[in-house]
Amino acid sequence: MTAYLLAIGIMAAIYVLLTLGLTLQYGLTGLVNFGHVGFFAIGAYASALLSLQGVPLPLTFLAAALAAAIAAWPIGLVALRLREDYFAVVTLGFGETVRLAITSEGWLTNGVQGIPGIPRLFSAMPVGLPEALATFAVIALACTVAALMLRRIAASPFGRVIGAIRDNEDALKALGKDPARFKLQVMMLGSALAGIAGAFYGHYITYLSPDQFIPLVTFYAWMAMIMGGVGRVSGAVVGAALLMAFLEGTRFLRDFIPGVSEVEMASVRLGAVGLALVLFTLFRPQGLMGDYRK
Amino acid sequence: MTLAIRDIAVAFGGFKALDGISLEMPEQGLVGIIGPNGAGKSTLFSVISGFIAADAGSVALDGRALDRLGPAARARRGLVRTFQVPREFAHLTVRDNLMAAAPGQSGEHLLGLFLRPGRVRAEESRLRDAAQETIDFLRLGPVADQQAGRLSGGQKKLVELGRALMAKPRMILLDEPFAGVNAVLVEEIAARITELNARGIGFLIIEHDLQALSRLVPRMAVMDRGRLLADGTPAAVLADARVREAYLGGVAA
Ligand SMILES: Nc1ncnc2c1ncn2[C@@H]1O[C@H](COP(=O)(O)OP(=O)(O)OP(=O)(O)O)[C@@H](O)[C@H]1O
Ligand SMILES: [Mg+2]
Repeated sequence: MTAYLLAIGIMAAIYVLLTLGLTLQYGLTGLVNFGHVGFFAIGAYASALLSLQGVPLPLTFLAAALAAAIAAWPIGLVALRLREDYFAVVTLGFGETVRLAITSEGWLTNGVQGIPGIPRLFSAMPVGLPEALATFAVIALACTVAALMLRRIAASPFGRVIGAIRDNEDALKALGKDPARFKLQVMMLGSALAGIAGAFYGHYITYLSPDQFIPLVTFYAWMAMIMGGVGRVSGAVVGAALLMAFLEGTRFLRDFIPGVSEVEMASVRLGAVGLALVLFTLFRPQGLMGDYRK
Repeated sequence: MTLAIRDIAVAFGGFKALDGISLEMPEQGLVGIIGPNGAGKSTLFSVISGFIAADAGSVALDGRALDRLGPAARARRGLVRTFQVPREFAHLTVRDNLMAAAPGQSGEHLLGLFLRPGRVRAEESRLRDAAQETIDFLRLGPVADQQAGRLSGGQKKLVELGRALMAKPRMILLDEPFAGVNAVLVEEIAARITELNARGIGFLIIEHDLQALSRLVPRMAVMDRGRLLADGTPAAVLADARVREAYLGGVAA
């Protein structure tokens, strides 16, 4: 039971990191990023591949963050000049492009066969409770650092400007500030968080393949953010925890619905998640922790 | 700072919103712009500030063409505008709206934020004082910590004005600054404009309140249907027969 809870805790913490990236991008700045999973994937593969080449783990995490941030740079440059709805479409396309690239560039990623045997975070320790606990502690620490950093940003002059971007870009331009520079930095920083989340994911699951990086991952992160409260750092934490509890909870649904296959059950879960989202937007649109509308 | 607007033309579809407008703003100018609804006044501001690209003509600041610059770059050269329909940062407090407008904040850079927190704090506290002064002057004290989106229309106009003042401009374009503002405060704002003007800041002011405007500005330009109809002292301009006709909406003779 403890092992099971720890496993959920680790996945929840990974989603916290992922969701914090969205909180920075959408909650604080208003950027609609529907391709978050792409940056998650880039981080996961970057760290996994480098570690398999013998690069020590802290460095591969740095590389994961950098790779995701660098990938966000051209996306930012091209897309930030677009209207909000086009930007959403471009990012969605980016996420899918990354998955297709992973699938087709077999020489690097081993395509659909995937990459097995990715070193665990604490590969010197035997698999078991202490190892899982240590893994959880490290990811939780990363979440804490990221959350504190975001808090600091949100309460700073930089945070004021990105809030102004979210509310009215033209007014900000009229005051002599270029939204593009801020949006680019926000895209890159949020993507770096997704990249680190991806690295943790790869070293935890120890196996990567393209079908782990479907748009549903982005959707889950959005859902966590909305349930927790858009634009609240604490909202990302609470929302991701709730999301995991919910996803795991619906797993048990199967015991109560006889004669449902695994595939059907996946659809039922997705439907349940969608329903929860609808209920949230109807009855608690500001999320559990409240949102930036106060 | 001088502003030279030459032969500006803007068409929306087939409709000529601006049809060859020229206007000179001398150093330390204080000029009013009046004209009936739809005359093209706000469109002219959008062209000057770089939000709308003109089909023809040019805008120059201190003799240097601005035409290739975007709105933010123009504002950084000291040319700041306000909007007729307030564009407040709705989810920021009034105080944050004003503080966001101040130029050159090192806390707006992520590196500065994390590497030089002491400096950012010191800047913030100075900025807070400056914002408080503007808040007091505009009598926004009671709502200073409310989200700007919740204010009345008149209060939002004051936030617009306050932000422009906080941006430390050398020339301000005000689009109907007095709309929805009570008469006492209008006089105080007018007095502040006169004072800032004496210190060298140029003002170009669109206003429908002709009385308040004629007391404030020594010179007035009148626009009608995208053209400049008259330009002179308020008394001379308001006595002009063509201006009266445009305002009364009379049929062209
Ligand atoms: N983006 C736009 N697209 C199409 N038409 C526009 C646009 N902006 C302005 N117009 C039209 O151009 C004309 C001039 O508009 P403008 O806002 O400049 O007038 P104004 O003199 O500021 O009027 P008011 O005193 O009512 O504010 C109007 O007929 C308006 O409908
Ligand atoms: Mg107007």
